[in-house]
Amino acid sequence: MSEFAAASCPFSGMREYPIKRANPLDPAPELAELRADEPFAKVRLWTGQDAWLVTRYDDVRKLLTDPRVSADNTLPNFPGATPGMLAVRTKYPSFITMDVPEHTQFRRMLTGEFAVKKIEALKPRIQQVVDERIDAILAKGPPSDIVRDLTLALPITMICDLLGVPYEDQDFFHAKADLITDSRTPPDVSSKAIQELCDVYIAGLIEKKNQHPTDDLLSRLVVNQLRPGHLTPIQLIGIARLLLIAGHDTSAHTMSLGILALLENPEQKRALIDDPTLINSTVEEILRYVDVTHNGRRRIATADIEMGDHVIRKGEGIIAHNAAANRDSDVFPDADKFRIHRDARHHIAFGYGVHQCLGQPLARAELQIVIGTLFRRIPSLALAAPVSSLEFKETSFVYGVERIPVTWES
Amino acid sequence: MRVIIEQAKCCGAGQCVLAAPDIFDQREDDGIVILLQENPSEESRADVLQAIKVCPALAIRLEG
Ligand code: SF4
Repeated sequence: MSEFAAASCPFSGMREYPIKRANPLDPAPELAELRADEPFAKVRLWTGQDAWLVTRYDDVRKLLTDPRVSADNTLPNFPGATPGMLAVRTKYPSFITMDVPEHTQFRRMLTGEFAVKKIEALKPRIQQVVDERIDAILAKGPPSDIVRDLTLALPITMICDLLGVPYEDQDFFHAKADLITDSRTPPDVSSKAIQELCDVYIAGLIEKKNQHPTDDLLSRLVVNQLRPGHLTPIQLIGIARLLLIAGHDTSAHTMSLGILALLENPEQKRALIDDPTLINSTVEEILRYVDVTHNGRRRIATADIEMGDHVIRKGEGIIAHNAAANRDSDVFPDADKFRIHRDARHHIAFGYGVHQCLGQPLARAELQIVIGTLFRRIPSLALAAPVSSLEFKETSFVYGVERIPVTWES
Repeated sequence: MRVIIEQAKCCGAGQCVLAAPDIFDQREDDGIVILLQENPSEESRADVLQAIKVCPALAIRLEG
């Protein structure tokens, strides 16, 4: 077994989790050692609880589809990610913390909204937003911050469109979402953010939709689910805040880090520019390689589970580490290399099992259009500062980069 | 070859539609998988296998 001096608690000797990265675009190197030597490892969380950290692709997929593995975060000893996430999930539960069959009933209220063909119809709108943004970037001339000027704006615009949320409110809810998902946020600050976002803002929005339903997802939920009593107001707030937070942060950061990965691998960038039909495999490779849900899926065992030589006992927490699994070279040869020609479609950046990301068709469409268009229209795009000078969101539930200064030949 | 789907298990993730659009579709109202061809031709085998591999709900099987 390898040494984990830097990551161990000096008193207990227990390995602390999350484990810090060494390079911004790679998972912590210790995760690769664990995957090789200790595929089921005990770690200690910020709460003082212990959980199993599982890092191999096959094991992660098995556990995430095992009916004895629960996503119910109200169970004692559930390994919560950040104080804010834990509080928001207990107060406004949504289907991502429910198990089958309850989960199925709630999720199905939304699956039609994100069906592949529904999202297909949104593509012209996505293209329009991307084109407008890139027009503005080009008109202003270099340099530009691609995060502020492009990748953050697109998913927020799309989620506002879809849910029927006013665009003017995006700074407000983006700031609240940031506080809730960051593990450094003190509990009283995150509770306040949750209250302002959910009890005040989202509750008010739902009330407005109830009085004047319009043609958007939230109005449809109010009319078809809330009014007939299939959803309680608290449940509807839970769903709305999930879509609002999960629907923009993850996509935005995946785009940003994907662009960074391409800029850092110029021969891959060149290959994409030379052959734009590679865009779909490029996007799958970006999802696999940067996996922004970087601290793993949180679960708990509801019965003893035998996995090879190990037994995960009933009541023990599990972190099924999708990001580590996506770098498993038994499944993706040379997994630490960013290679846009490979077939990475079976990556698990969207999770696996019945909780797999509902919004993935939208995320894929956004990624394909934004990345494809950006490098087609500005092929000379290059970083204007070294990667080592950039600030990464390591303490956030969703990994990302704060800004990407770029330049180009104008 | 015969494709079998279990709609009760499906979570509407749409992965099968991306992998094999000639074989799978999703219901308009709730996004649940529907089978367009129960006995697809041999040429589609690789796509169906891909759909099975990426379906997160293990809702698709192949006989024969
Ligand atoms: S991939 Fe599986 S879960 Fe997703 S729509 Fe198809 S059958 Fe349903």
